[in-house]
Amino acid sequence: MELVLSIAIGIMTSCGVWLILRPRTYQVIIGLSLLSYAVNLFIFGVGGVKANVPPILGSDDPSILADPVPQALVLTAIVIAFATTALFLVVLLASRGLTGSDHVDGRNEPK
Amino acid sequence: MSGWSHHLIVAPILIPLIASALLLFIDERRRLAKAMVSLASAISLTVIAFILFRIESGPNGFEGVYLVGNWSAPFGIVLVLDGLSAMMLLLTALLAVSALVFSLARWHAVGAHFHSMFQLLLMGVNGAFLTGDLFNLFVFFEVMLAASYGLLLHGSGPLRVKAGMHYIAVNLVAALLFLIGVSLIYGTAGTLNMADLAARIPEIEPDRRMLMEAGAGILGVVFLIKAGMWPLCFWLPTAYSAASAPVAGIFAIMSKLGIYVILRLTMLLFGEGPSAGFGAPVLLYGGMATLIFGIVGVLASQALGRLAGFSVLVSSGTLLMVLGINDGAVSSGALLYLVSSTLTISAFFMLIELVERGQDAGANVLAVTMEAYGEADEEPENEEEGVTMPGTMAVLGICFAACGILLSGLPPLSGFVAKFAMLSAMMGTGSIGVPPTAAIWALVVLVILSGIAALISMTRVGIRTFWSSIEGTVPRVLVIEIVPVMFLLALTLALTVQAGPAMQYMDTTIRTLSKPSIYIDAVNNALPIKGVKAGTEGE
Repeated sequence: MELVLSIAIGIMTSCGVWLILRPRTYQVIIGLSLLSYAVNLFIFGVGGVKANVPPILGSDDPSILADPVPQALVLTAIVIAFATTALFLVVLLASRGLTGSDHVDGRNEPK
Repeated sequence: MSGWSHHLIVAPILIPLIASALLLFIDERRRLAKAMVSLASAISLTVIAFILFRIESGPNGFEGVYLVGNWSAPFGIVLVLDGLSAMMLLLTALLAVSALVFSLARWHAVGAHFHSMFQLLLMGVNGAFLTGDLFNLFVFFEVMLAASYGLLLHGSGPLRVKAGMHYIAVNLVAALLFLIGVSLIYGTAGTLNMADLAARIPEIEPDRRMLMEAGAGILGVVFLIKAGMWPLCFWLPTAYSAASAPVAGIFAIMSKLGIYVILRLTMLLFGEGPSAGFGAPVLLYGGMATLIFGIVGVLASQALGRLAGFSVLVSSGTLLMVLGINDGAVSSGALLYLVSSTLTISAFFMLIELVERGQDAGANVLAVTMEAYGEADEEPENEEEGVTMPGTMAVLGICFAACGILLSGLPPLSGFVAKFAMLSAMMGTGSIGVPPTAAIWALVVLVILSGIAALISMTRVGIRTFWSSIEGTVPRVLVIEIVPVMFLLALTLALTVQAGPAMQYMDTTIRTLSKPSIYIDAVNNALPIKGVKAGTEGE
């Protein structure tokens, strides 16, 4: 399971990095979203990958419990990433409206 | 610190939060009411920051640990007030009052929710200065950034939207790096509380330590982006010069926030023990590169806004280099420089807007970079009411000259005192006590060069603006616009007059910082208040 998780994080990160280096604003925003998914999974992973175990007390042996802190961190990170992505979308639209182009520098490329 | 005054520590976060919430209920048309609430919040922040500053500079020293939610340290959320954070809180509050008063003349009315965002920015900045754990640092950082996105776009216009988009994209990536760094540190050390983390670092096994250091390095990149270290700084001059004047004025503290966190974390986590000195070469050489980039930028800029933007980089570069040397006496000089340069740059950003108001569009064509400015359509007309400043050009000229003197570090203002303190410590009269090395010599040369570059550029721009302006149009400047600028410059004068006590305070601060055990013990020994049930915490 660790292998699958790390491959998934790796693929999403590399796609995300490639996309944020692209010149179109829409590609950048998709890239940022992919990166934030990858980061969320990564935070989840640092707590140790465990399946079907509760994150709260229910047993005297802490080794069979999932670490609750990364889950709390992920929750906060998801909320913040969601809000900032929404804000970025608004700026993207404003830029599109003001410059008439979806290039990140607001210029039309000669083809 | 006991009784009610202990609760003052949380006030710099709560007051702007409540104020920004209150401001949402006031209709956008009732500008006066909004301005009053906002200003009242900023002034009370200044008073509280001043009280906290007095307590910290008093004989009792370090006692300011506040347990939010009444849980004891490594488990609950802590706020920690020490000499450094008290100083930064006061600096933030002073900049905030000046920027707010400045904005009342026209800028607060050019878009919606200016005051709410401004208060949230203050909350984020204050929270980041006070927090004692890494994840809350992330949360406060995001609060600050979210507010700064809105503020940067305040006033709108193609230039701001473009600069804002770059700024937001860069900072979103930085936020993701922040999360990666924090989670790596959590994964290896098992804690996010800074004091607990510092105490646990010696216990981490070597193979995990590498991972922890990698996490700290990634975390460092985030703050270096904020502070503007080369090559992470290309967004900064554009964003800062595109922002409206009062916003740029308060943004001056944000790049110093990056410096603050780096100073705090390197002194606390990597001051002593097996990971001592981690990252110092990066700061030293990165700082040098930033300073060189800043010097070239200052010399090359023709528009005043970009000149100020590059001055931010010069200031950051100098501070980063000094943090890289990590020597007590030099660092305390650097803290004085931090305060002085922040006040100067903030005043300069606001002054620029007043000076450029006098230049007509034709004069702007002369400067290549000024072409990008499409200000004609974004400034509201007949918004101005109130008393205009008599002898405008003379007052503006004096303020401009003062900024030039401060930026280049000439006597008699505090820029000189700060640079002198740093240079004399570097030259071996300080606690180094050994002949300066090649790196130190390079540093001395660069600091002096940066002063010369600032002097050349400010003289050139000053002559063009004040002496050889052909049109001779005198800008219409209101009293409430020039007073904040003069207030900030007067503060640097006060800092010069009181240089002795100020340096003493910086020395004490650095000495406290260089003993992490003081911080760690203070946090770990903080006891929950008895008889009060610990509340439930949650994000």
